[in-house]
Formats: sequence, structure tokens, C-alpha cells
Amino acid sequence: MIELSQVVKTYQAGLATPFTAVDRVTLSIPAARLTVFKGPSGSGKTTLLTLIGCMARPTSGRIHLHGLAGDALPHLAPAEALEITSLPERFLTAIRRRTFGFIFQQFNLVRGISVLENVLLPTYPTGEDPRAVEARAVARLESLGLARHLRSSVDRLSGGEAQRVAIARALINDPAVIIADEPTAHLDSRLSEEFMDLMSQFKDAGKTLLITSHDPIVYDSDLADMVVEMRDGRVVSET
Amino acid sequence: MRPSLQRYRNILDFALSSLLRRKGRNLALISVYTLVVFVIASLVFFVQALKREAHELLAQAPDMVVQRMVAGRHDPVPLAQVEAIRSIRGVDEVQARLWGYYYDPVFGGNLTVLATEDAALAPDAIWIGQGVARSMRVKEGDLIPLRGYDGQSTLFSIQKVLPESSELVSSDLVLMAPKDVRALFHFPEGLATDLAIQAGNPRELPTIAAKIVELFPDSRPILKSEILRTYEAVFDWRGGLMVVVLGSAVLSFIIFAWDKATGLSAEERKEIGVLKSLGWESSDVLLLKFWEGTVISVTAFLTGVLLAYAHVFFFSASLFEHALKGWSVLFPRFRLIPALDGYQLTVLFFLTVLPYTAATLVPSWRAATVDPDAAMRS
Repeated sequence: MIELSQVVKTYQAGLATPFTAVDRVTLSIPAARLTVFKGPSGSGKTTLLTLIGCMARPTSGRIHLHGLAGDALPHLAPAEALEITSLPERFLTAIRRRTFGFIFQQFNLVRGISVLENVLLPTYPTGEDPRAVEARAVARLESLGLARHLRSSVDRLSGGEAQRVAIARALINDPAVIIADEPTAHLDSRLSEEFMDLMSQFKDAGKTLLITSHDPIVYDSDLADMVVEMRDGRVVSET
Repeated sequence: MRPSLQRYRNILDFALSSLLRRKGRNLALISVYTLVVFVIASLVFFVQALKREAHELLAQAPDMVVQRMVAGRHDPVPLAQVEAIRSIRGVDEVQARLWGYYYDPVFGGNLTVLATEDAALAPDAIWIGQGVARSMRVKEGDLIPLRGYDGQSTLFSIQKVLPESSELVSSDLVLMAPKDVRALFHFPEGLATDLAIQAGNPRELPTIAAKIVELFPDSRPILKSEILRTYEAVFDWRGGLMVVVLGSAVLSFIIFAWDKATGLSAEERKEIGVLKSLGWESSDVLLLKFWEGTVISVTAFLTGVLLAYAHVFFFSASLFEHALKGWSVLFPRFRLIPALDGYQLTVLFFLTVLPYTAATLVPSWRAATVDPDAAMRS
């Protein structure tokens, strides 16, 4: 479970024009479930996910990961609750690497290198055996129907293919939590349905899925166990 | 392989792949960088090799040369001084040298004519340097006329062209018998151009010089160390002159490299954000940028140094020879003996590689230490 308590994120705090993107959010997100965050642009969905995913620190409030940090921090028992907002940068990076897999709205693939290299990027700093990680990456790309694009440059991929590469990259370190930010924003209805099918597989595999979206294909899906609606940085409803 | 070593290797691999992604930009940078290293290294190698050459040549030169001065000008020395100087304690040998300059109006160059007592030299024959042979287009066995003081030409047969290995000093040399030198220049008997002195103990040379001046107040003793110092000053001065001329080019490179190295493009910033969001630490990003900077600067350094080595030692610094060797008509054509100075190479390395590498790290460090959520928002 991911537990947020009175989480606030204010940009330019202390300056003349502070902006509060997330305002006193208290929330419990169940593990191994699909949670959708919906709301208009600027409602704070993406900021909330960056805080949960250890990409930024909240201005105030606490975030606890219960049994999700896995082996990210060697001294921690897997089931133990971990308060992440006060951790040093090194530990946050380790958690980001091991616990979370990110699928960005713009996919954020590194241009000019191959599909396989993009998928391997999160493994480089781990120093794992390159043959083992490559085998894992190839298997993952094959399962996503990208076998023939392994050595192709990512610049030549279609939108749907690029997203599947981003998914393979998010999964390469076998994270417990997958965070997807507006994943269907650049996809047509058929590809959006395909994306949801993939999410279904990951959910069945026990992954915790956090998705921001204002696409009804996502938030009206039967897969969604919880829908959190946000507006002006606050949670306005949980269903 | 241990994970920590594997991490270094992975990041180095990615750095190389990153460099290949921006081939055009990086090749342009490496080319200009290499050119600057090449020019500076060529100067350093050339000046260093010339100094070493001068040292080696002067090793065989006399310890001291004594000239006579009349009204502040160099004048022939009476042979009578030879015995007086030889009797000074510490002097091993005194040799009266007979030499002069011969201006050849046909090719407009000065030759150095030197008398030799070498028994191998045939009567009415001369030995000439490579430069003389080249300029006059003559070879062994040919006859050449030399115009004497009275306007009359004398024919000399060329018995030998001096070997190429000695060309630095012998390029413009003509060796002939003492009687021929005297006849050609109308040089009076009983006089020599100067005296060459060898001493048993080089530390005694200043004392010997003082005694010579005491005996012959109109004489001017010149020590080998003074000649060496003059050579060094001349080579350093010429090298420095080239540096000044090339200064603007070097400055342009510094501005260019600084601009390329310190400015991260929006795409590079975004990439750093993506890498951090994927679990790269700031130190991993810095290592990546360090490798990128190091590969560029070390490649440029090694290429520049190797090209400079080939330029100086295989092609006799053909690009700079007119500025560095002198302004004579008879340019010596010779191959310098490779002389590498570890200290100067190290200084060159630190002056070219380190600043560039450091300049690439500063902006990367600034970008790498911000929160990675910027990538999420791009």
C-alpha cells in the first residue's frame, strides 16, 4: 500500500509567486491494484505521481510505502513501511530504480539509439551481468511484439510502438509499481484498448498500477479498482 | 565482472554511443581541437628537437672560440697568439681556424667556406654540403667555378657531398684546403679567422677566458655554454613568435570549445532528466559526461600529438620551417631526431585535456542535481 498524509507540493515557495500544485492530499492506494487519477489539466495529477515516484520531494506531508520497496534498500525487510520523503537522494534513486517503472506521456525515449539500448538504460548503473539483462530485455520486447525492431533506431517507430518500448523500459528492472502519465493521450482508440489489455496482464502479475488520465477508456475501464478525481491540487472524490 | 566495474563499462559504452549520436557536432569539435593540439605540439616538438640537435652538435664544438676585435668588429687573429694561449694552464689544445662567407650571385645565397687539413681532401678539390649541391644542381665529380676576391674564377672539382645526417650544420658548407681559402679570399698568411680552444676541465673555462683577455686585451673569448644559450634563446624566440601568430586561432578554439562544452542543449537537459527518472544517480550522469568529455579531449590530444610527431620528425615540420628554421636561401633539409620531453607533453595534456573535461562537467553537474520531475513534464 502507498499511503499519503497531508502531502503538499508548492513550487517557488518563498518567492513572490508561489504555486501549490498538490494541496494537503491524504490518500491510501492499495497494492496490486489499478488506480486511476483523473481531472483536468493542472489539477495536480502528474505532480502527485512524481512525489509518489520519488522524482521530487513534497514541500510538506509524508508518503509511506508499505511492502513495496522490495530489495531497493538492502537493510529493509520487504514488508516494512518506508517513509520516503525524508530519505537522502541516493536512497530515493535506488527506490526509483527498483520499485517504480515510469511510462511518460511523451514516452521520453532517448533519440538516436536503438530500441534495445533504450530498454537497457535503467540497468546501466546497476552493473548487472549485461548478457542476463539483454536476454530479459529481448524477452520483454518480444512479448510486446517488437522483436523485429530490436536494433532499429527509436526515431523510426510509430506512436504505438514507441509506447510499447517505453513500457518495456519501465518493466526491465521488474518494478512493483508502474506509473503511467496520460498513457493514451497520443494513441487512437484501438491502441488505447491494447494498452489497457497490457495493463490487465501486469495487474494479474501483481503489479501496482498508477495511471493519470482524462480518457474515459482508462478511467471508465472495468480494470480500474479505484478512481481518484483531482481538482486544483486536491482530491475531490475517491471511488 | 564485478558490478561496480560493469557499471563503469556500461556508462562508458553509453557515452560512446551518445557521442556517435551527435556525430557531426562531435567530429567538428574533435577536428578543431585536434588542429590546435597539432599546432602547439608541433611547435613544442620542433623547438625541443632543434635544441637537442644544437646540444648534440655543440657537444663536438670547441669549448671556447677566441676572436679578435678591432674597433668593435671581428678581425683576423695573429697565429702568434696560438702558442701563448696554449701555454695557459688548463688549455689542452688550440687550433687556428680559417673560414669565411662566400656570396654566390647566381642563386643569391651565402656559403660558409671552411679550411680543413683533412688528408683525404684531394688537391684543388672541395667537399660541399647537401644544400649547396641542391642549389647549384651539382654532384660528385662535377666542376664548379668560385669567384675570387679579384673577380677571377677558380674551378674546383667536387670530391664529396657531405652526408645528409650532418645537414643541419653542413647544408651551406664548402670545405677546401687552407691554401685555397687564402687564395680565394686573399686572406693574409700568419692570420686565422679565430682560435678554437679545448680545455681539460670545463669549470676552468671562465678562468682561462679571463687569462686570455689579460694577455690579449683586444680578444673576445666565447664559451660553448654561451653559444648554447644563444641558440636556445633564438629557438625559444622563434617558437614564441609562432605562438603569438597562432594565438588568435587558439583563442578562437577556446571560445568555441567553451561554448560547446559549457552549454547543454535543451535535448541534453531533457535526456539527463530522463536518465535520472530511470534510476540514474547524479554521479552516474556525471560519469557519463566525464567519459564523453574525456573521449573527445583524449582522442583530440592523441591524434594531434601523433600528427605533430609525424609532421615534425617525418616531414621536417614542413608547415612551419620557413618561420622556425630561419630565412636563409639554403634551407637545410634534414630529419630531426625524435626527442620527446615528458614534462612538456604532460603540460600540454593538462592545458588541453583537463580544462575541456572540467568545462563539460560543470553544466552537467548543475543539470544532474535538479529533480528529475522536469522530464515528466516535458
